[in-house]
Amino acid sequence: MELRELTALELGAAIKKGEVSMAEAAQAALDRISAQAGVLNSFITVTGQQALDRAARLQAGARDAQSPLYGVPMAIKDNICTRGVKTSCASKILGDFEPLYDAAVVERLAGAGAVSLGKLNMDEFAMGSTSETSFYGPVKNPWDLERVPGGSSGGAAAAVAAGMGWYAIGSDTGGSIRQPASYCGVTGIKPTYGTVSRYGLIAYASSLDQIGPLCRDAADCAAVLDVLMGHDRRDATSLPGRYSDWSGSGPRMDYGRLLEGLTGDIRGMKIGLPEDCFGDGLDGAVRTAVLAVSDVLEGRGAEIVPLPFPVLEYAVPTYYIIAAAEASSNLSRFDGVKYGWRADGYEGLADLYRKTRTQGFGPEVKRRILLGTFVLSSGYYDAYYKKALQAKAVIKSAFDRVFRQCDMLLTPVAPTTAPRLGESLDDPLQMYLGDIYTVSVNLAGLPALSMPCGFDRRGLPIGAQLIGPHFGEGALLNTAHAFQLDTDYHRRTPKGGDPA
Amino acid sequence: MNIDTEMVDYIAELSRLELQAGEKQAMTAELERIIAYMDVLNRLDTQGVEPMSHVFPVKNVLREDTVAASQDRDELLAGSPAGDKEAFLVPKAVE
Repeated sequence: MELRELTALELGAAIKKGEVSMAEAAQAALDRISAQAGVLNSFITVTGQQALDRAARLQAGARDAQSPLYGVPMAIKDNICTRGVKTSCASKILGDFEPLYDAAVVERLAGAGAVSLGKLNMDEFAMGSTSETSFYGPVKNPWDLERVPGGSSGGAAAAVAAGMGWYAIGSDTGGSIRQPASYCGVTGIKPTYGTVSRYGLIAYASSLDQIGPLCRDAADCAAVLDVLMGHDRRDATSLPGRYSDWSGSGPRMDYGRLLEGLTGDIRGMKIGLPEDCFGDGLDGAVRTAVLAVSDVLEGRGAEIVPLPFPVLEYAVPTYYIIAAAEASSNLSRFDGVKYGWRADGYEGLADLYRKTRTQGFGPEVKRRILLGTFVLSSGYYDAYYKKALQAKAVIKSAFDRVFRQCDMLLTPVAPTTAPRLGESLDDPLQMYLGDIYTVSVNLAGLPALSMPCGFDRRGLPIGAQLIGPHFGEGALLNTAHAFQLDTDYHRRTPKGGDPA
Repeated sequence: MNIDTEMVDYIAELSRLELQAGEKQAMTAELERIIAYMDVLNRLDTQGVEPMSHVFPVKNVLREDTVAASQDRDELLAGSPAGDKEAFLVPKAVE
């Protein structure tokens, strides 16, 4: 049995049956990680010995009734706190910071028998769409080592695609799970805001940040989300379970029931195709592949509903104003006093702050702090920040309107397949514009997933996005599952990073 | 909106960041382009629209205070760039 070919659930089942030991699975992943160290650069910290020790410990206490992911090796994005294990946010300013506590999701994963292999590379403070802004160097795309894996959860997407762990935990503020999932040919989901605790997630833009999984397929995403979701009093925005939307007409969610809801039956499901998402600027191969998804879904009994979504052009400016404003505030805590790295040669307290922050943050982080400080500054607040909060309300109502006509939307994830390394660093505005299909989802707090739906002529993966109303994860995952029953794009694996 | 180096100096000081001369020129040009693009929003009519900070109509949920242990002081100080057994150390801030 080639372990790499298995999904997380398949590996979990093989472990349960005793066909594979947890230590064998962990060792297989660690072998791939060490063979590819220096090629993909997807890990910042590998906790190999800890993983093997934990696998042995879990194996000794294994029982039948445990989680379907019990003993399955995985990895965690480096902006999620892990007690005693370096958590750097891919930034110099956090240095060798070792948190004193585990994030809520890390506690929940531990309870479900996850075996962590280590911490994944990313854009510094999750600010970027290419995973090139990391202090620890860029991550490479396993489908083409000359190209970026997407970002900011690029290490997570590359690791899962290249078989260095069976799933990964990422975070998504404006597309940071979905877009790298698309570029690397894996399935990733950003859940409804408030359904996964952000306690222990190092904040970028708190009103938009949400943790979620990157996996081999939709069923794995459902299983991991069942573990991650739950109410947590330590996150003031965490929602109790058993929510339906406040209009009373939307979907209902009970935490922990996503996997059992995967039937593949999508007959009568109404899938909206927003015309504005297929206009200018969309690569032809991406358009063709995403539209072909609608044919497959129609073949399984879904109904395709073309509809307008006229607010699309406002999504990127609204997102970057709000995200930068929150980032400038959130990142003020990094000052070289309480944790992390401190610059040398300062004169006085203000100079300590200034030198530490100037030398500790990279250019993209500085750009967003400056942009955020500008839009919040006296004289510009109303024109930019307040205007963006109003635009956010308009975008939210536009989604409310389309979800009265359909159950979910089908769109591209990104306008193109993965760009070459370096291209986006020269042109930040161009990089921001590439987030056009993903950012509005975070502004409205909606769930959305990215699933592989084809390849361009260079062999680079293409992703399709499904966007649902609040608490619509069940329908999104079931639709992706239905698509994956009829296609094998999610089963293909890249060569990149394999030992020659 | 015109962004000049004077404005960038001002927001850099508010942000506790220092930009070198070359860096400042580049950042000014980039911010100018980015902020010019943000002006797309001026085309959107938001007359009478209430600014939205949170997407869900949720309210504060209050409870009685409960006593719980906080993080261990020695452990916290051990993670700081400069600390003694009692406090984080910084340069003198008050004369």
